[in-house]
Amino acid sequence: MSITSHEKLLHVGGVTVRFGGLVALSEVSLTIRPRTVVGVIGPNGAGKTTLFNVVCGFIRPETGDLSWKGRPLRKHRPDQLAGLGIARTLQGLGLFGGLTVLENVMTGAGRLARTGSLASLLGTGKSARDERELRDRSMAVLTELDVAHVAQLHPGALPYGVRKRVALARALVSEPELLLLDEPASGLSTGEMDELADRIRALTEKTAVVLVEHHMDLVMRVCDEVVVLDFGEVIASGSPDEVRVDPAVADAYLGTAPEELPSA
Amino acid sequence: MLNKLPPVVVHLLAALGCLVLLVLLTFAADPFTNLRIATVGYYLIAVAGLALLTGFNGQVSLGHGAFMFIGAYTVALLVKRVPAFPIWADLLLATVAGGVAGLLAGAAAARLRGPYLAGATLALAVGLPAVTQRFPELLAGSNGLSFTVNSQPAGLVGTIPSTQWQAWIVWLAVLLALVVLANLARGKLGRTLRAVRDDEVAASLAGVHVGRTKILAFLVSSACGGLAGGLQAFLLGTAAPGSFTVALSLSLLAALVLGGLGSLWGALWGAIALVYFQVWTDDIAEVLSLRSDISDNLPLALYGVVLIVVVLAFPAGIQGGLRKLWVRVRRPVPSQRGEAS
Repeated sequence: MSITSHEKLLHVGGVTVRFGGLVALSEVSLTIRPRTVVGVIGPNGAGKTTLFNVVCGFIRPETGDLSWKGRPLRKHRPDQLAGLGIARTLQGLGLFGGLTVLENVMTGAGRLARTGSLASLLGTGKSARDERELRDRSMAVLTELDVAHVAQLHPGALPYGVRKRVALARALVSEPELLLLDEPASGLSTGEMDELADRIRALTEKTAVVLVEHHMDLVMRVCDEVVVLDFGEVIASGSPDEVRVDPAVADAYLGTAPEELPSA
Repeated sequence: MLNKLPPVVVHLLAALGCLVLLVLLTFAADPFTNLRIATVGYYLIAVAGLALLTGFNGQVSLGHGAFMFIGAYTVALLVKRVPAFPIWADLLLATVAGGVAGLLAGAAAARLRGPYLAGATLALAVGLPAVTQRFPELLAGSNGLSFTVNSQPAGLVGTIPSTQWQAWIVWLAVLLALVVLANLARGKLGRTLRAVRDDEVAASLAGVHVGRTKILAFLVSSACGGLAGGLQAFLLGTAAPGSFTVALSLSLLAALVLGGLGSLWGALWGAIALVYFQVWTDDIAEVLSLRSDISDNLPLALYGVVLIVVVLAFPAGIQGGLRKLWVRVRRPVPSQRGEAS
């Protein structure tokens, strides 16, 4: 199940999660190496988002362990993740509606802030300089994603595609080493999806990416490695070409192959 | 040039300007008006604290009067039992007492949301003043504690009326507290509070400790409540449970909605409304020679009517309406939602 490498960024080992009687994840293992793109695919309810939630510390696994750069991740909280260098986008975007686009992105840059709450409360010059730096950095990321022109607007008024970029900017501004993208292509036009594919590939210069996605063409285009989940189990993993021809994957998506059906 | 200065310097300069204007105003005003100016001051800091908690952080408190109660009794007890303490130390300790109470309440509140949080804070407002009945010897039951504060420097006695001097003290304390709140509102912390209000999951993924942020909002907000209560006790020379009813807590929240949630300026309009509705309705009652049972309830009725009208006309409160007007006059950028301080 796991990808052997000397360089392990994130390792998930034998994770099992149960919700009452339902097994959401069963003995799932995977390893993410630096600057690679790993796609996690599977039918609805396969456990993809649950896997993200385990990595992010929203859900504690019943068994199994996680490690980040060789150090165990135990009882970690979601808010500690950004500090470690892991960022995540949400399926529902989760933009802060009462904040401007720029403020949304600046909130994501908190990891890079050098002054604490007390300096902010006292309004010191150092905290003001810190704010200016965060603002400049956030503007740079917004410019990179071609959405700098909406920096002073509130996200509610923006088209969905633009909001998705803002959410991506908020995750990228913290300069993560691992980026977890939860269905980044949903609701995007074909043109926007092409752009997203190029962008994800470009990210690998600095960042590893884990992609939960339903759009197979995007996954096959951008991923170095694909992990297929079905009913909480890893049923296949490997390069996109290997996974594409794996009969277990076709079964999971399309049902049992006709030749295996009992004859009438 | 102002942009280059640290926020605290800008805010202190603004506070100094306001203080000078207020001091000049007190010379022109009669003692009654000076008392009202001081009353607006302590209501302002109470409502501003609530703006931080409810407007910025989205935690609805129906019990903010409880923290004013704590502040008032802290000052009353200190003046009576430790007369050696100067008044500024009493007020500082009232602020700390409010903050500590808020820290405890906030730790519990961080786990509650919406109606549950509102219910819990309401219970605080209902229950806390009853403590005075439990300890009648210390807190003097429902009569409350009466005392005299001799804070005026000997040189000023006779030259400056005490209400004028008291208004200066109240506004000095209020403006200093507002400097801290303005630093907070405009900086990283203000942004974090609003992010938690809008989406806790996304905020935590951005590295924000949601629970700690909510408790911090409670702490700062109740410290403001404590200071407001302390200033009220200082001004009136009494601390009695009858001053800290649930109606007070509800009025503070209504003042915040009226003035404009999520804005410190809104707190100012709300505080002015709280004080002056009473004054205006008293005037109306006198002109119309209304019976006392009608005139007693008139302020509340008028307050309710104005609240409904303002919320219908300007959902973002008076401050939201003013901002809309300003944008219409200037027309520089597309209108934005009223969030900044």
